[in-house]
Amino acid sequence: MRKRRGPGQRAPGSTRSVEHTDGQSVLTDSLWRRYSEFELLRNYLLVYYPHIVVPPLPEKRAEFVWHKLSADNMDPDFVERRRIGLENFLLRIASHPTLCRDKIFYLFLTQEGNWKETVNETGFQLKADSRLKALNATFRVKNPDKRFTELKHYSDELQSVISHLLRVRARVADRLYGVYKVHGNYGRVFSEWSAIEKEMGDGLQSAGHHMDVYASSIDDILEDEEHYADQLKEYLFYAEALRAVCRKHELMQYDLEMAAQDLASKKQQCEELATGTVRTFSLKGMTTKLFGQETPEQREARIKVLEEQINEGEQQLKSKNLEGREFVRNAWADIERFKEQKNRDLKEALISYAVMQISMCKKGIQVWTNAKECFSKM
Amino acid sequence: MGDYASAQSAEVLQKNISGLLCVFVPQQLQGDIQRLSHLLLDRALFCYQMLKPKKDLILPNGGTPAGTSSPASSSSLLNRLQLDDDIDGETRDLFVTVDDPKKHVCTMETYITYRITTKSTRVEFDLPEYSVRRRYQDFDWLRNKLEESQPTHLIPPLPEKFVVKGVVDRFSEEFVETRRKALDKFLKRITDHPVLSFNEHFNVFLTAKDLNAYKKQGIALLTRVGESVKHVTGGYKLRSRPLEFAAIGDYLDTFALKLGTIDRIAQRIIKEEIEYLVELREYGPVYSTWSTLEGELAEPLEGVSACIGNCSTALEELTDDMTEDFLPVLREYILYSDSMKSVLKKRDQVQAEYEAKLEAVALRKEDRPKVPADVEKCQDRMECFNADLKADMERWQNNKRQDFRQLLMGMADKNIQYYEKCLMAWESIIPLLQEKQEAK
Repeated sequence: MRKRRGPGQRAPGSTRSVEHTDGQSVLTDSLWRRYSEFELLRNYLLVYYPHIVVPPLPEKRAEFVWHKLSADNMDPDFVERRRIGLENFLLRIASHPTLCRDKIFYLFLTQEGNWKETVNETGFQLKADSRLKALNATFRVKNPDKRFTELKHYSDELQSVISHLLRVRARVADRLYGVYKVHGNYGRVFSEWSAIEKEMGDGLQSAGHHMDVYASSIDDILEDEEHYADQLKEYLFYAEALRAVCRKHELMQYDLEMAAQDLASKKQQCEELATGTVRTFSLKGMTTKLFGQETPEQREARIKVLEEQINEGEQQLKSKNLEGREFVRNAWADIERFKEQKNRDLKEALISYAVMQISMCKKGIQVWTNAKECFSKM
Repeated sequence: MGDYASAQSAEVLQKNISGLLCVFVPQQLQGDIQRLSHLLLDRALFCYQMLKPKKDLILPNGGTPAGTSSPASSSSLLNRLQLDDDIDGETRDLFVTVDDPKKHVCTMETYITYRITTKSTRVEFDLPEYSVRRRYQDFDWLRNKLEESQPTHLIPPLPEKFVVKGVVDRFSEEFVETRRKALDKFLKRITDHPVLSFNEHFNVFLTAKDLNAYKKQGIALLTRVGESVKHVTGGYKLRSRPLEFAAIGDYLDTFALKLGTIDRIAQRIIKEEIEYLVELREYGPVYSTWSTLEGELAEPLEGVSACIGNCSTALEELTDDMTEDFLPVLREYILYSDSMKSVLKKRDQVQAEYEAKLEAVALRKEDRPKVPADVEKCQDRMECFNADLKADMERWQNNKRQDFRQLLMGMADKNIQYYEKCLMAWESIIPLLQEKQEAK
């Protein structure tokens, strides 16, 4: 997964090539995909697997930058990191027990031309519930599954804390950069000073060189740290995927509750018609009161219609209930899988971060020890 | 030896000593003979004071001898004649320390005094040990007195006199400690100096119970002694500085410039480090907040938070150390080179005066076989000044080298310690992060 077209040749996205190795046979294909095609794939997966915590895409635009890092999307470092992110996205899908078997995913990796048409032919956009995308959709769910409510709360908190963390980390990186770079000035002034000294000259000069080394070491250090930031970002975006599953549950639960409510009211209407008691208000009821009773035949007809509707409603409710329970079961299984993955991954990320810090400290000790030796020879 | 009241006789003695030494010393060292003989004379005259009743003496370098009435022994006489330029401490006979700052609250003002402990086997000191308390303005007084009475020598600098009230707390522990160290250094530098350490004012500073009484008396002394000292007035323009002194002047100019740059860089680094620290102090706690949301990750995240906290503390220690130990020494050296440049200018004045007077004599065309006494006096004054300055310059260069070696090694050390503390923190957390947690 190495190739990339030059920037500016195809705006706004850049292309990626993909190699696919199937578990059974080694299929090495190589084709080009734009970022927008990755987005299309993901949207498709979101619609067809609403109970799955779908892996997120890397950021389209550079966010949480610290000043040295270019916020330019064409910057080679950013493009490279995004490439790695997209690769990671595909690996996540490939290693998911359910998603890896998806045909469209397979075609994404293998079908050169017309993949977009193939996806659109599935008609997934029609299946998509626009309500899911509506951020402000407010619907009151009376009996949500408590676990999902807690999970939604968790995903909100996680999103908030990781954003905060990434923001502060960027500022920390900025400051650290400043500290290291100013030391470079010592290099120059020590060199100038050594020119007027006799015995002290050599020591000063060589110490100055070490100060230059120190100042330039920060670039690599911070570059490495960006990988850690990217790992955190992935889980920041994962929080959104988590919330999407919770939303789906809410929506299903809402539909269920609405259907149940509707069924109950129809049943009641039917009962009233049959017994002749009017408890519920209805326009028909009022008009018959005002303009005369309807004929028994008419009433019978209406009861029959309602009974049909009630039957249908009951069937629907049953299937909705089933659907709902199945959704909860499957979703929760994937959520457990996701939790394990998250704990593993974040632990790894923290370990690699600690290792980075250790390396930075060791480099610092080395440089200053060298400088100290030079000073001792003054 | 007769009465030394006249400078001429002192001159003669010096010339005799020079002559004696020149017999035994090779040509290339004869430049140093001036210096050596001068030193010898200094010492000899002090010894003389012990044998004769107190008399006011005017020495070629303008100093006044310490008055003491204790009887001299031959061994102490020998002691006195010993040339000790070395700083090893093997032959050191004077030790001075500044410590124990104490705050004094009076109706009019509040100030700090420092304890000055002196231990010495020198005969100028009546007792082997002294302990007095002095405040900054006493040090200031001493420095002024030294500048007046030893104008041909380089007087070490004092830490800055004025502090901006409100910005710096004059009574904070850090400020007082920084000042104490600088004052200690100031006295130690004088102690190490073969001429300055025998200065009368220095002796009184170290020993007198009531310094203020002496200070008042000193004003009267000045008017008598002042003549030969204050005689180095302006009004004479030097045509050209001799090469070696021009070189010293150029060196000092560049040196001060470079130090100024280093001071600015150091300040900038501290500023950046403090801003980095501010961000770190916000960064660490976010991991802590996150850990409250998590189950299995709670401990690792909390560990990282604590780790960052430790690094923050280490960084704060680094910035404090640099502010308290590094910056003041730099500033001291900048002040030092400034005062040295003014001594160089005074030297120029003395030379200018001599050259002017010499020229005046030549113009008068009187057929005097000998150069008039006052012109000779000027010449001697100039030559002594040159000798003193060169000797002090060499001493200063050596001290400077050692001081900067120590200062810069110290800076490197502090940074190493900072990184070592951080390293330890991060290494200790690795096992915690790798720990497999029991299924909850």
